[in-house]
Amino acid sequence: MALQSRRDVFQAIADPTRREIINLIAFNPLNLNSIAENFDVSRPAISQHIKILTECGLIVIKKQGRERYCEASLQQLGEVSNWIEQYRKLWQTQFNALDDLLEEYKAKEKKK
Amino acid sequence: MASNNQTEIVAEPGKQELFIKREFEAPRELVFRAFTDADMLVKWLGPCNMKMRIDKHEARAGGYYRYVHIDPQGNEYGFHGVSHEMLVPERLIRTFEFEGLPETGHVVLETARFESLPNDRTRVTIQSVFQSVADRDGMVQSGMEYGVKESHQMLDDFLAQQLVN
Repeated sequence: MALQSRRDVFQAIADPTRREIINLIAFNPLNLNSIAENFDVSRPAISQHIKILTECGLIVIKKQGRERYCEASLQQLGEVSNWIEQYRKLWQTQFNALDDLLEEYKAKEKKK
Repeated sequence: MASNNQTEIVAEPGKQELFIKREFEAPRELVFRAFTDADMLVKWLGPCNMKMRIDKHEARAGGYYRYVHIDPQGNEYGFHGVSHEMLVPERLIRTFEFEGLPETGHVVLETARFESLPNDRTRVTIQSVFQSVADRDGMVQSGMEYGVKESHQMLDDFLAQQLVN
């Protein structure tokens, strides 16, 4: 699993433009043109961001007539906070062990 | 008995750094020692289902360290780095590299700050600065993969799902 070739949620939200795109369509699906209007960067660049977001599963493209609408699929973003929560638990476990150790040493030093 | 103090992780999306914050019911000198004394370190550092071995531990500026976590199957997960500053009892700065990554060179700069609080309490803030956002997120994940593999099957499931997508 090379760090460079990730296509996951973390990569998706690593870029500020992509985060803005997600914010923009979080509650309101938009077509590509409407999204691009909100940014100074070129339409192909926005298109590329949307491609990555789609590959990461954060955007779903839905056809309505001739238009293609980008809809946010934010379920996966929950996984991001989930990772951080798991990481937090890992440290909490270690620090709880440290708490015990500190108590032990405090007791030892009192006896001296 | 563990205290009720909570561990806080601050990892804003899109940033190269993360913070780990925790308070302890012990004076700063003692907490600092627990982070630098090899005998103390091996008793708390590392996931609870793993043994820890200290290969090298030079507790001074310029000193090299290498620690290894060993899981119940005997798999070893090493990490190493160099101490940049050891300012007793307030600050530790060092590099950190996890050896379980597919390639070398993904180095983290870690700064641990120890702050005295009233009533002989201490606040520890660890700042980790990664080389890129992808490094940060990737390493937190790979750290998780080995750290809590057994108790958190859902993480594996999530990873598998990512590979399929």
